[in-house]
This record gives sequence, C-alpha cells and structure tokens, in this order.
Amino acid sequence: MFNKLLVANRGEIAARIVRTCKRLVSRRSPSTAKPTKRATYPLLADEAYLVGPAHVTQSYLNIERILQIALDTGCDAVHPGYGLLSENGTFVHAVREAGMTFIGPSADVMRLMGDKAAARAFATQAGVPVVPGSQGEINDEDAAVEFAESFGYPVLVKASAGGGGIGMKIARKEKALRKAMQECQRRGESAFGNAGVYLERYVEDPRHIEIQVFGDAHGNVIHLFERECSVQRRHQKVIEESPAPVMAKFPGLRDRMAQAAVDLSKAAKYENAGTIEFIVSPEGEFFFIEMNTRLQVEHPVTELVTGLDLVELQLRVAKGEALPQQSSLHQAGHAIECRIYAEDPDRMFMPQPGHITDYVEPTGEGVRVDSGVRGDWDVTPYYDPMIAKLAVHADSRDAARARMAKALDEFTIGGLTTNRAMHRRLMDDAQFAAGDFHTGWLEEWVKAT
Amino acid sequence: MAHEIKAHITGTIWKIQVAVGDEVEEDDDFVILESMKMEMPIAAEFDCVVTEIRAAEGDAVEEGQVLLVVEEA
Repeated sequence: MFNKLLVANRGEIAARIVRTCKRLVSRRSPSTAKPTKRATYPLLADEAYLVGPAHVTQSYLNIERILQIALDTGCDAVHPGYGLLSENGTFVHAVREAGMTFIGPSADVMRLMGDKAAARAFATQAGVPVVPGSQGEINDEDAAVEFAESFGYPVLVKASAGGGGIGMKIARKEKALRKAMQECQRRGESAFGNAGVYLERYVEDPRHIEIQVFGDAHGNVIHLFERECSVQRRHQKVIEESPAPVMAKFPGLRDRMAQAAVDLSKAAKYENAGTIEFIVSPEGEFFFIEMNTRLQVEHPVTELVTGLDLVELQLRVAKGEALPQQSSLHQAGHAIECRIYAEDPDRMFMPQPGHITDYVEPTGEGVRVDSGVRGDWDVTPYYDPMIAKLAVHADSRDAARARMAKALDEFTIGGLTTNRAMHRRLMDDAQFAAGDFHTGWLEEWVKAT
Repeated sequence: MAHEIKAHITGTIWKIQVAVGDEVEEDDDFVILESMKMEMPIAAEFDCVVTEIRAAEGDAVEEGQVLLVVEEA
C-alpha cells in the first residue's frame, strides 16, 4: 500500500478518508486551511498543513501550494475527496507528473465527463439513453429561443461545466429562457470558467437515481447498485437511500440501469470510483444526465448495504489491484442518509452560518455519522452548509426510517439553525414512507406542511 | 425618501450590479451575495435611485449590515 497519502480536502470527507488510511496507509497528511487543534480532520491525521486563507481560491483550489505540501512532506499519493479539485484534470495531471498516485480516474476521462455536452454525446454513442435536447452547446440567446420554440417548452438550461445543481435553470417561456441563458452562462463562467450551455427537455417530476461504478486497471468494471437521491432542494440532494424505493415499481429497471452504467464506464475505459447519474420519469424511462468522476458525498449508503469500504477499494484499485467479482456483491438491508445542513427550511432553505454551542452525535447499532464539526464551533459562510451526514442501516426501509427517526432525536446541534427537525418530520411522513416522491417534491412538501 | 439596503445573510459580496446614480427598477438586482456556496441576489422592492454604496466586491458582510442607500423614485 501507499507510504504517505495527502488528503487534499477538509471537513467530514477528510476525516472519512483518514479513517480508512489509518488501516491501510503507513502515514498520511491532510491539508487544511486553518488547522486548529480542535478540528476533527487534522486531529485524526498524523500531520496537517495550512494551505492558505479560508477562501477556497487561495487555499483548497491552489494546485501549486497543495502539490508543494505533498512533495515537501514525502507523499506518494493524493486523495482529492469530493468537490474542490476532485474533478480538475489539470490537478490530476500535475499530481501524476510529480510522480505521485492520484486516487481517481484519468485526467482525460475527467475532462470528457466534466464537459456535460460532450458527455451526453459520448453516452449516446455508447448506447445509453440521454434526455432529448440540443445537439451540443447553444450559446446564443436567440438561437436558444428558436430551438425551444421548435423543440417545445419547458426546457432545462444547463451549464456545460456545471454540476451539483449549479448552473441549471428551468424555463417555461421565452422571457424565462433568456434570463436562464444569461444566468447559466454567468454561473458557468464564474464557478467553472466555462460559459458554455446546452438545452434539454425538462422531464416533469423525475426521480434521481444513480449507479455507483468502479473500474480497475485490468479493464474490469463493476457496479455497486443504485442510490436514490430524489429528495432534494435547489437541485441538491438532502436524503439518499439504497435500495431505491422506485425499483419496486418497475421490475427489471435496476438491472437495465446498472447495465447501462457499466456499458458507459467500459466505453470510457473508466478506472476507480465513479457515479452515473440518471433521471427516471414517472413512466419508468431512464436517461443519463452526468457522470461524477470521484467519490460521492452519499457513498456511505452504498457502503452500508454492500459492506464494502469504498475508500479502501479506491486505494486498492489505484495500487493496481483487481476489483472483486460482480457476482460476489450483494445489496443487503436498507440504508438511508440525511444530510444535516446549516440552513432554514422555513426560509427557502437559506444558509445559516453561525456558531455551534453543544454538539452530541447519535450512536448505536446501525447508526453512522460522518462529520467535520464539534461543539463550540464556527460554521463559516466560506464553505457549503453541510455539517454532517447521518446514515442508518436496518433490515428493511421501514426499520431504517424508524432507526433514523430515533437517531435524529438523539442528535444535538445547539446554537445553529439546521434542517434536523425537517428530517425528523420527513421520517414520519406518509408520502415519504410510501417512497412516493420526485426531485421537486421536498420543496412542495415544506411549503405545504 | 432614503432607504437602507441591508444584507439579509452573513456572507461575502460576490457582485455589485449598480453604481451611484443608477436608476434601478423593481425586481432588478443591486448586489449578489454569496454564502455557503449559494448566490443570493438582493433585488429592489421598488423603483429607486442609488445614492450611496457602502460595500465592495469581495467584502465579508454580516447579516443586517447596510450595503447601499437608495432614494425611492
């Protein structure tokens, strides 16, 4: 295994990766913007280094500085976590040029999948269904209006370089389309340095289902089943689970989607962990939307149902080991993850940075918390609002819901406005219990309840 | 009548869309704040003219802090 691994990230995911490294890597050194003695991730790690000021452009996105730390401290591998530099081809290339192992796929496949318009074209070639829409990018407002008029409203405007719900707008009329074009171009430019956009049919009331895949250096590609992430706000996930409740409605859907995901990954010669995201229409049609070329935030639900450590698998694959056989993998029981966000569901999910006074995590059988915060702790406006992921595992979905409800009751996060109480109410909601929801459902539910 | 336009959330000023003397229509954005990776525009609630700007792009601002002053048109 590796001798020393740098985790180029912060917060809960840095802590999560370090935990696996403790078993597998001789030494590791996470990078951190403000290493205080009290943060969880530098505390867990053997060494921690200051990468710069709080603002990410000067710290966690500073490739030169992060590489320098890795080289100066004798690292032989770099794990990017998620977000930040995890899908940055330039970073991957720089890490490998410097003679270290990057824990993730090739820079080429990352660039291909990072360009959402190119990824759509690639998926179509691989025989994987995509949402009908524009052929490539449309970067002119008038051309977009012309396209939408012949294609039909509503349309979804998406930034080619977007992801995580950023740079995506629905338009039902010309005026809204023009505004959406401007916004997505601006957001694409500011967040990703790419103003390209494309248009898709807006599938009404879709579910978000994704397939976890893994590829190795020997050409094997396996899938680790699905995750359902339909409970969202602002196109960002709030609750994830595996198995997906929707699978019970459409026999054979899981196998067809998993096969499509494996076919696409094989066509891309994909190595390491990846996620193929699909939307599923109320009629059970599925369409590829994008591939995330990294470890996913919601990977714990897959770990809970498969019994695998995905970070361990990432390290082994990066070291050249072969993946386990598909036939040896099983989806056991049911896992649910609630993202605990510092935000106010009653005020349009507005972010609520602030100070955590007391903090007590729930424990017990089948309960897992991934977090990077603790008591007497500032949640700053500089990073995203996720402060913890609470995941549970039980024999059935109903048992998992009950376990989650109990764990949420036990979770103390004082002094800060969070969505904990909303999650708690959701666990008792009849529609949630029936698995009857879509990606726009939560926002409607919050308004109605 | 002069009105103070305040930050409704703690964050940083991502963009200032107006200059002193600009006539701003209802629903047009004055400023875009960024907090926790989310953009939040602050829009005019009535037609007005910008008379003073008290913040700059990149500034860290607290909830309730006055960002600009406008005169109702």
